[in-house]
Amino acid sequence: MGTKDNAVLDQGFDGIEPMVFESQISVPYSWWAGDTATYFLKGLRDEKKIRALKCTSCGKTYIPPRKTCPVCFVPNTEWKDLSGTGTVQSFTIARRQLAAISKKVPVIYALIKLDGADTAMLHYIEGISPEKMKIGMKVQAEFAEDRKGTIQDIAFFKPVKEV
Amino acid sequence: MDKAAIIGVGMTSIEGNKVRDTFADMAWEAVNKALDDAGMNINDIDNVITTSNDFWDGRTISCMAVGDASGAAHKNVSCVEGDGTFGAFYGLTRALSGSYGTTLVTAHTKGSQSVSSLITNAAFDPIYERSLGMDMISACAMQANAYMNRTGITSEQLALVSVKNHGNAKKNPLSQMPLDITVNDVLKSEMISDPLHKLDCSPVSDACCAIIIANEERAAKHKGKPVWIKGVSFCSDAFFFGDRDLSRAPALEQAAKKAYAMAGIKNPMKEIDTAEVYDAFTYQELMWLEGLGLCADGESGRLLEKGEFAIDGRLPVNASGGLLSGHPVIAAGLIRIAEIVKQLRGEAGKYQTKNPKTGVAHGVNGLCGQSHCVWVLGKDK
Amino acid sequence: MAKRVAIVGTGQTFHKSHRPDVNGQELINEAVQAALKDADIKISDIDAIIIGNMDHFEGINYVDCWSIDGSGGFMKPVIKITTGGTTGCSVAIGGYHLVASGLFDRVLIIGWEKNSESDTTGAITTAFDPIWDRLVFAGAISGLAAEAQAYMARYGATEKDGARVSVRDRKHALNNPHAQLRKEITIDEVLASPMLADPIHLLDVCPRTDGAAAVIMASEDSAEKITSSPDWIWATSNRHSYSYLGDADYGRLTSMREASQDLFKKGGIKEPRKEIDVIELYQPYSFGGIIWIEDMGIIGPGEGPRYIGEGNTDMGGELPINPSGGVISCNPIGATGLIRCCEAAMQVMGKADQHQVPDVNFAVSTGFGGCWWTDMILHGKKKPGK
Repeated sequence: MGTKDNAVLDQGFDGIEPMVFESQISVPYSWWAGDTATYFLKGLRDEKKIRALKCTSCGKTYIPPRKTCPVCFVPNTEWKDLSGTGTVQSFTIARRQLAAISKKVPVIYALIKLDGADTAMLHYIEGISPEKMKIGMKVQAEFAEDRKGTIQDIAFFKPVKEV
Repeated sequence: MDKAAIIGVGMTSIEGNKVRDTFADMAWEAVNKALDDAGMNINDIDNVITTSNDFWDGRTISCMAVGDASGAAHKNVSCVEGDGTFGAFYGLTRALSGSYGTTLVTAHTKGSQSVSSLITNAAFDPIYERSLGMDMISACAMQANAYMNRTGITSEQLALVSVKNHGNAKKNPLSQMPLDITVNDVLKSEMISDPLHKLDCSPVSDACCAIIIANEERAAKHKGKPVWIKGVSFCSDAFFFGDRDLSRAPALEQAAKKAYAMAGIKNPMKEIDTAEVYDAFTYQELMWLEGLGLCADGESGRLLEKGEFAIDGRLPVNASGGLLSGHPVIAAGLIRIAEIVKQLRGEAGKYQTKNPKTGVAHGVNGLCGQSHCVWVLGKDK
Repeated sequence: MAKRVAIVGTGQTFHKSHRPDVNGQELINEAVQAALKDADIKISDIDAIIIGNMDHFEGINYVDCWSIDGSGGFMKPVIKITTGGTTGCSVAIGGYHLVASGLFDRVLIIGWEKNSESDTTGAITTAFDPIWDRLVFAGAISGLAAEAQAYMARYGATEKDGARVSVRDRKHALNNPHAQLRKEITIDEVLASPMLADPIHLLDVCPRTDGAAAVIMASEDSAEKITSSPDWIWATSNRHSYSYLGDADYGRLTSMREASQDLFKKGGIKEPRKEIDVIELYQPYSFGGIIWIEDMGIIGPGEGPRYIGEGNTDMGGELPINPSGGVISCNPIGATGLIRCCEAAMQVMGKADQHQVPDVNFAVSTGFGGCWWTDMILHGKKKPGK
């Protein structure tokens, strides 16, 4: 190593502006939904139906539908149609436009336990001002006009009007 | 469990953007500090475990970036993907297996090089959830609401965690965010995702940590102050939030219970002297303290207000400043272990807690504390 | 006290190029259920789970957490080990240490990949240093081609020698119902197949595969209760010494030389060619089958082409290699090393059916990946001494 290099080391690279190398990982993905999710997503798209799978061993009804019961570890075989109404278990109102959020903030995300299911699902709440959101409120699914066989075929959940 | 000890720890400073350091530079610094701390050189290390995450590092096979800097060349080596406490767990089993006397464990993250929101969004199920656009912050905010709704813990109590931990950070020269703030400052800071304000959230951070684990035979030859591993356990809850009661942490309760049983601890509230818990968000410190059995369910807020978790309190929690003052994601749990080691040796400087004999370090993997790893460390063999 | 460790059950999916009928965690579940069935135990008997894959092949972060429904990890300790192509063998080595430590009695080990879900080459390219290597290097094939070229120049081997290895493995796959490519090929067909990167033809390399594998390891006490013919783990070793593509000695696999010397020393193997009865080699392309067994010390440098050409590594030969059909017949990357481990265990346990090698006393399984890295396991029929 020459003296010039040693001098650089001795200074601890002082005065050298570190370079930043811009890059990104860009890999296209095609996730196979599998037969279970496909049946569920077709139900949303073609029939505006939300379907859950029930474990015949422990009796628990899962949404998102699970091909096998994670606890009993046996295949779930019984499909159940749900009504599309449910209860908010928890929620948040995203206020800062973070990179993952595709909608314009504020966006209300909620964990919704649909009537007839034992587990809850994630989705949006719309049709209510954020300040009025409450855990325990009743909501119902609003389907999108243009449905493509994705979870967004449910456009959002909205409050059930008190009768 | 056979006896094993931590005989060396080393960490870089935690900074918002270590623009001068590559992953390997950070690992080199942490590893050499740990070796110095243990009075060893790299030839005394029998095998190496690195801990990294391909998403956070923007690199498939992310361990490739730090292997040589961690001294793994021509040695047995592996890589855990997850929090550093999990990497340390695998390192411990290798030291207990009879195959190796010492394991060097490293964990690194450069949050500054990536976009946290997109990386944590990629942890959601690609078919049922991901397109909704949630990330770690919105998910944890939802958990905070569920927890506060169930326990009655208030936003003011959450804010007090931030005030305490940023205040503790003023005493820790390696910390990223020492701050003099009030509860009001926290509540007035930007609302990012209800109920979490900016100052309820940990920052984006860069750092690396390294520890050296030795089996009993090798620890006995060590000239410094070994810190003994008394109990350690980890456990995972269900993946989908809707399968869980987000307001509770049963996986943490189970991991803690097992770790205490291994350590012979009957009453953790009395027998644990200091704790470093995974406070990625303010509510998590409170919720995890309850999950760890270090206070009664729903009581943490009140005890915090009484000052019990302050450096000079009954049970100092995150005396180092915690993750709220610096959160290099994958290294975070390993830093918790290293901080407890410093406390038990009496080498924590200005944030030294009073004469601790037994401490708990805690790490989390996945969203909303799906998976927890609990370490009980002791001063005495 | 450190415990002796044995494999007591293995399970694999029927590996295919595409599995659109299942998502990733459902695919995992198939292998897990098969392993539990093989060992005749229940998921509740499992104390801990290790899982591995390569993140960017499916684009799922925190796979250990996401896959719980399929792995059976609900309220269990679950840990992820990932080291690139070596992952499948690294998770098995992980299982060995978790059990040997005395902290767990029965550990479930899972490797999986749905390579059909992404651009494998694009994802592998991101493994290399973003500043030095990534811009000039694409996927895995160019590096392997450079190794083969260097070996041919050094020892005078030919493309035909490489093709002979593909012919062997594809023939072996005929007897393995889990293999993906089950059609015999000839040396002429290999040489006539499209040239990917000189000297590697399409039929010299592995396919892309969706598949999962699972292995159950148990401590001595548990293992002997579960089965009367466990596969004992005698030793594990690995080397991941290189970080940059330019570090390697092209034409030789240094990591294999160092790891096998360490492995055989730990296992007390003095003459590997005589003592080892079968090898499941993570060999993603044909020339690796020649070069790497020389570095393993089975034969001397440059002797591979003749040794293989004479049929010594075919079924019925002196030392059969890849009775399963190997990686050339099937490569779900994160599972591949663990499939080698499954297959070696099946050979030792006498469960390999159509592709069983008679009287296996010692078997070796390997993993290859990263930057010329090697992971290895020595399996044995007899219980190892202390």
